[in-house]
Amino acid sequence: MIQPTRAYRFAVNVTPKPGILDPQGKAVERSLPHLGISGVSEVRVGRRVELAVAGPDADAARAVVDRLARELLSNPLMEQYEVETLDAAAAVASGAAG
Amino acid sequence: MTPRVGIVLFPGSNRDIDAVNALTVAGAEPVMLWHADTDLSDVSAVLLPGGFAYGDYLRAGVIAQFSPVMRAVGEFAARGGPVLGICNGFQVLAEAGLVPGALLRNRGLRFVCREIALLPERLDSPFTREIGTQRPLRMPVAHGEGCYFADDATLDALERDGQVLWRYAAADGRVAAPEDAANPNGSLRGIAGVANAAGNVAGLMPHPEAAVEDLIGSADGLGIIRSLVVSAQEYATTGAVTGTRALAGVAG
Repeated sequence: MIQPTRAYRFAVNVTPKPGILDPQGKAVERSLPHLGISGVSEVRVGRRVELAVAGPDADAARAVVDRLARELLSNPLMEQYEVETLDAAAAVASGAAG
Repeated sequence: MTPRVGIVLFPGSNRDIDAVNALTVAGAEPVMLWHADTDLSDVSAVLLPGGFAYGDYLRAGVIAQFSPVMRAVGEFAARGGPVLGICNGFQVLAEAGLVPGALLRNRGLRFVCREIALLPERLDSPFTREIGTQRPLRMPVAHGEGCYFADDATLDALERDGQVLWRYAAADGRVAAPEDAANPNGSLRGIAGVANAAGNVAGLMPHPEAAVEDLIGSADGLGIIRSLVVSAQEYATTGAVTGTRALAGVAG
């Protein structure tokens, strides 16, 4: 059976969990006075991963992203993540087997 | 019989030849295992060497856990086989969930490459049984993500159950707290290496395999490598490792 398959685009934002020491964030914070900037605190440096997932619908694609975020893109011991939905891309493989 | 100890080679491993040398010095026959291998029936212990497996992309050690050999290592560990991860190998084991905790970026942000003093916490585990006496051991560290982290409840449990095997030592021989200069990476409670609950899988950030002969500056790491070899021998002969029962006894 042939199902139309679309690609759905997401971004996964991974950040250090609250309370986890983030030396990168601290280093950024300490550099700010050199720019003449004051009053900036709580700098946390994370990672943003953008990806496109092929699937029959947005929910199925989202489920794949959630699993990916949980099992690969973040380490739940030290990081948290949130999934952002980007614009849906054009159909990539309407002839692909479902 | 000379015990055969497998050395897992990931794309990006770079401490494998030192591991070959150390195991040879310690009386084992090193067997190279490729990341795509799935059969570990030929070895009676596994060593995961240091390096930058799969480029350490995303997080140190995370991609390696999905390689075919790691499934086999997981099964080997579940059967009670002794597994030791050094540096990047420790990071791989932690990401795979085979040992507790995580390795964060060093507190000082820099890649740290220098000699440290390592204090064995106990001398009856499969990975410390040949160390002999409880004294600080001199060996190098070389890593950018070695700050041992787990939440307080987990750290309490690890200490209670005897799963902390090594800590960084200050000059006076006491444990080096996270902010102490003798603690190279800010590891919580000075923890340099831990074992799993069963006691047969362990990892540490320092490099005992790079300190096995006086000729190269220190032979203090030999006791750890020898321990792995003795445990391999025992596993080959009896199908179990004694030191793990000692660990489990503490846990029970």
